[in-house]
Amino acid sequence: MTELELLQSYWWLLISILGAALVFLLFVQGGQSMLYCGHNYGTRQLMVNSLGRKWEFTFTTLVVFGGAFFASFPLFYSTSFGGAYWLWLLILLSFILQAVSYEFRRKSGNLYGTRTYDAFLVFNGVAGCVLLGVAVGMFFFGGQFTVTKSNILDAAAPVISQWAPTHGLEAIADWRCLLLGVAVFFLARTLAAMYFVNDIAGDEAFTARMRRRTLVNGLIFALLFVAFLVVLFTATGYSSTPAGFISEPHLYFNNLLRMWWLAIVLILAVAAVLYGIAMTAFTRSRAGIWWSGFGTAAAVIVLFCLAGYNSTAYLASTTHPASSLTIANSSSSLFTLRVMSVVSVLIPFVLAYIVCVWRKMNAAPLTPQELSEDTHQY
Amino acid sequence: MNELLGTVDWSRAQFALTAMYHWLFVPLTIGLSVIVAIMETIYVRTGDSRWKGITKFWMTLFGINFACGVATGIILEFEFGTNWSNYSWFVGDIFGAPLAIEGILAFFMEATFIAVMFFGWNKVSRRFHLASTWLTALGVSLSALWILVANAWMQNPVGMRFDPAQMRNVMDNFFEVAFNAVAINKFFHAVFSGWTLAGVFVVGVSGWMLMRRRNIEAMRRSMKIGSIVGLAGILMTFYTGHGSAVQVARVQPMKLAAMEGLFNGGRDQALVGFGILDPEFRPGDKGDPMLFSIEIPYALSWLASGDPHAFVPGINDLIAGRAIDDNGDTVRTASYADRMASGRAAQDALRAYDNAHRSSDIPAMEAASADIARNFGDFGYGYFTDPMQAVPPVGLTFYSFHIMVIAGGFLLAILLIMLIVSYRRPALLGKNWLAWLAMLSVPAVWICSQSGWVTAEVGRQPWVIQNLLPTCAAISDVTAASVRLTFWIFAAIFTLLLVAEISIMLRYIAKASKTDIENDNH
Repeated sequence: MTELELLQSYWWLLISILGAALVFLLFVQGGQSMLYCGHNYGTRQLMVNSLGRKWEFTFTTLVVFGGAFFASFPLFYSTSFGGAYWLWLLILLSFILQAVSYEFRRKSGNLYGTRTYDAFLVFNGVAGCVLLGVAVGMFFFGGQFTVTKSNILDAAAPVISQWAPTHGLEAIADWRCLLLGVAVFFLARTLAAMYFVNDIAGDEAFTARMRRRTLVNGLIFALLFVAFLVVLFTATGYSSTPAGFISEPHLYFNNLLRMWWLAIVLILAVAAVLYGIAMTAFTRSRAGIWWSGFGTAAAVIVLFCLAGYNSTAYLASTTHPASSLTIANSSSSLFTLRVMSVVSVLIPFVLAYIVCVWRKMNAAPLTPQELSEDTHQY
Repeated sequence: MNELLGTVDWSRAQFALTAMYHWLFVPLTIGLSVIVAIMETIYVRTGDSRWKGITKFWMTLFGINFACGVATGIILEFEFGTNWSNYSWFVGDIFGAPLAIEGILAFFMEATFIAVMFFGWNKVSRRFHLASTWLTALGVSLSALWILVANAWMQNPVGMRFDPAQMRNVMDNFFEVAFNAVAINKFFHAVFSGWTLAGVFVVGVSGWMLMRRRNIEAMRRSMKIGSIVGLAGILMTFYTGHGSAVQVARVQPMKLAAMEGLFNGGRDQALVGFGILDPEFRPGDKGDPMLFSIEIPYALSWLASGDPHAFVPGINDLIAGRAIDDNGDTVRTASYADRMASGRAAQDALRAYDNAHRSSDIPAMEAASADIARNFGDFGYGYFTDPMQAVPPVGLTFYSFHIMVIAGGFLLAILLIMLIVSYRRPALLGKNWLAWLAMLSVPAVWICSQSGWVTAEVGRQPWVIQNLLPTCAAISDVTAASVRLTFWIFAAIFTLLLVAEISIMLRYIAKASKTDIENDNH
């Protein structure tokens, strides 16, 4: 393995970790989607204020996920964002609305009323999860695009990456991508229910309801995830060979067998998610979120590894396979990857202060009493 | 071709819309984070709880504004991909790195410690809370650093080489990218302009409350901090602005000519302090483009190069490749027609390289590489069919630059007056005329700030990457109708959010003014 290949693999792993963190942090969106599921005003206040202290992590992770992709795999950034235009803009639109809603929703003079901002939060909670899942689904089921770098010399039509005229809407209509999107949505709701159990105290009825909701959403998620795995492992993918791209039936299942250690991680990850769900639903424990959270993150990393490693096209072109993107043909130069790798040494420090602050801020659960005394409320 | 132009224009409009809305909120975030941190530091050092109340009052306004900055910021980052996909590939190897570093180093710092700022008063120690407030301010400024490094690189592309095999530019010197002179100036100019804006905001709000005789002591204290930070900011903004002008003269002489409405340059060049451009005047025309102007003799020559007698090229000089040497003799440099020929030669060589690469013809590839390297500095000119396409919109650049400078001078005077009055004549602070002056400075500072960015970004047109990639070749494969639709969606959303933010801020200030801010009862 050359240094360039090593760094390409390293950066794909970092992208996978960021993706994993993002999916875990989607519990914020999952919680937002539950705001109007039979809760009274007081309970809703608790939920919003509990989530409101974490929403920036999800938002920031999404931004860093995009920035890291830009820096390490610019051809993906160029092709996917410019191509699947509508899909990405719908995702961004939902996050714009989320960004202001926490701060504005109960401020006097907000013009549109609390229910409007809450509706924005619900919209972001549903659309954000489903559409991000759809976008990730394209890593496995491809897109309709071509890449012709020499186009840049044509002043009349200089764009190198050309996408189908539907510009990402076709991915939303692809039931396989949508399946993953809906699975991500129910996963986010499951994690959110566990997060509420962990972070909110002093309202036993609410906690009991969240434990039940963990079980219901968790079961729906488990069914959808199994269905997704069946679809994924029977799907045909594209891989890069010296002779060009070739299609390979059951590519992702074969990848799992070739990288057998990933299979072990996936099994452990799924077990951890299920254990967390069971722990929350059937015991008095508040720690289920951590088991399911780590399990979720590990499972996402495995899925990204199946999509990107082993010369697999992580963004296959279904209309022009030769244009497919792999981590080898879409990456930054060796120099840039080296620079970025030096910067990545700081990531553990960033993680350390996030963990430190999280522990300090979450040392005691949020209670209705604390909320009533706090001058800065959402 | 018309469809292409439509997409280019709407993509530019969408990006400009997003950037301008974003820049309504960001400078206030940058400056107010520092002001809040200073106030909290006084609270922690003195133990005077009245400072805690004052800190929390301004912190709430910071939070309201911060949300809109975040909302518009996410779009800005992703629009590089959604609307400028060619750009993302052509220079993504260089441009992406600062964006990723920004995320890893700055955004997480902001996101982590801002939660402590707002919700940690009763959860962490005073010192930990203070550290969190300063770290939030640091994170905000670090965010500005890396995006401005990226922006400065577009105006002065250094630290890279062109890789013909991949048809893109690749980084070969990170330190040149990160520490190029344009970036350093631009960063400090932008950050200090944020201090100015926030200082003026604090002065304006305090002025209103003092006029209403509400929270007099709290607002006097706020006025002092606001005017100190604002004055320090505006002085440094002028200083770094001069540094930026020197850099513009060096790397973007066409932008400087447009900023000054200078069509026919010369030695001993005067600076236009105030002027009205003849709207009929076009590049290539002879005579005076100014209908009216007040000029400062020799000042432009001195500002651009430190020599009051130096030659400053005008738009026509740059197009024709005309310059005047130290002896006063007219000399010829590369005209835009020459540069267009050179750019086309670079592009032809790249085609030849591509063909040779396909047939693995190594000698032909080496010959083409040499041709590309020889002409690559003018690569972007190869897209033009007329030298006039390389001229930015002169009127908009000229007026925005002069509005910025005039408004900056006004703000310097206001902040100086407010500082003197705050410390030496506090009895005057309740006077209506002074309060109105303070409040009028609030719209002025936003006009100044926006004008600065219009100057910087319109003045560099038609380039996305100076001399290498024009805007028309940087776009995505999206129809003009699609971008037009998203433009109007964003315009509507951003406007509704801006109106809501202003309404919330005004309501909060009015409500808080009736409470005892110092005792944290707002």
